[in-house]
Amino acid sequence: MSMIEFKNVEKYYGNFHALKNINLEIDEGETVVLIGPSGSGKSTLIRTVNGLEEIQEGQLLVNGFDLHDPKTDINRIRKNVGMVFQHFNLYDNKSTIENIMLAPRLVLKRDEAENKKMAMALLEKVGLADKAANMPSELSGGQKQRVAIARSLAMQPKALLFDEPTSALDPEMIGDVLDVMRDIAKDSSMTMLVVTHEMSFAKAVADRVIFMADGQILEDSSTEAFFNNPTEPRAQQFLSQVEHH
Amino acid sequence: MDLLQNNFSTFLQGFGYTLLSSVIALVVSMILGTFFAILQILPQKWVQKVGNIYVQVFRNIPLLIITFFFFLVVAKVIPMNGFTAGTIALSLYTSAFIAETVRAGILSVNSGQMEGARANGLSFWQAMQHIVLPQAFKIALPSLGNQFINLVKNSSILAFVGGLDLMYQGNMVAANTFDTFGTYIIVALFYLVITLPLSYYMQHLERKLKHAA
Repeated sequence: MSMIEFKNVEKYYGNFHALKNINLEIDEGETVVLIGPSGSGKSTLIRTVNGLEEIQEGQLLVNGFDLHDPKTDINRIRKNVGMVFQHFNLYDNKSTIENIMLAPRLVLKRDEAENKKMAMALLEKVGLADKAANMPSELSGGQKQRVAIARSLAMQPKALLFDEPTSALDPEMIGDVLDVMRDIAKDSSMTMLVVTHEMSFAKAVADRVIFMADGQILEDSSTEAFFNNPTEPRAQQFLSQVEHH
Repeated sequence: MDLLQNNFSTFLQGFGYTLLSSVIALVVSMILGTFFAILQILPQKWVQKVGNIYVQVFRNIPLLIITFFFFLVVAKVIPMNGFTAGTIALSLYTSAFIAETVRAGILSVNSGQMEGARANGLSFWQAMQHIVLPQAFKIALPSLGNQFINLVKNSSILAFVGGLDLMYQGNMVAANTFDTFGTYIIVALFYLVITLPLSYYMQHLERKLKHAA
């Protein structure tokens, strides 16, 4: 069953045509990496999936609900679709553990003792159990991002969106975050859509790679096929540029 | 000293009414101010307009005129005494300034905070209540402190409509004793009894919150 489905989706910012005729299907449990040069529409695309950006035309089905239908309750979709941001967006006024416990408490009405137990288990999983009481301002970038991932997981989503999760991190912090993401990808029921420039991560973890440029999807192939024989000249050019670094 | 001793109960009564009016106006203006601040940042243009008109009206008219409006005009329809009319006027007037202060506070909270909360599944109002407003109030705290102190001093307009406050009682004492200078010194000291601890408390709160995060 497909978890995320774009059908002829068009997105404009005023006169700027940001997403052009997007057709894309992502199955439950799949890990898909979205790459492309900056300004290609990757972030815009991923942000439409949980309604942070509206689409103007077409159909966008997430977990069976049409996001473009005004009757759809966006909060219900967001309950099932977590998002991890480039700049973490942790709640600056809440401690680490409160960051994780807040949404389950308010949205899912999870029992407080249960909530705490799950939050601690998640912190354990991302290697930050000792930081439960710390404020976000006391964490490094990599630690913040791992807390942000734990916060998303606490909602037990069906899908997780990652919008350049390692782009704002110091190089030595990236590995820990990617390790956590690899762990999540191993869970076969979790659908992951990841915008990233980490080609090694894409090669190791992705089932599929989508290449975008100028608001269009130019290539949509299996990871192996994409890295071994990219068909599009723009994709070939992009790969040769990033792989020389 | 005789002046204070002979008229102590009068001053004390005035002090009580000033304190009461200030506390009521502070609570009401915080609630109204926060409400109209939020109206101005909602996506609907007409709602923003309503919030903006409210702020512009009450911010740009002298407090004394608003007070007279309630005492002389509104009181004809809904009977109210000077204390009530003055306290309502003070609340509305101050709320316009608080709305602007809180709105500026909300706008200086990083937009990623709201976005993170919405993506996490919180509704707009939950995100406002738990994430954005607490941070906005913290940012706005120094200027809110200013507003509160102005509010206490502005409560002296109650004297113009027989509001029984400190200023009103001071006027009475001055008229009876002919000791104008001494009376108003005492009145000023009574105001300081409210405003000095208030400013000290606001500074203390600022320091405390600074260390909290």
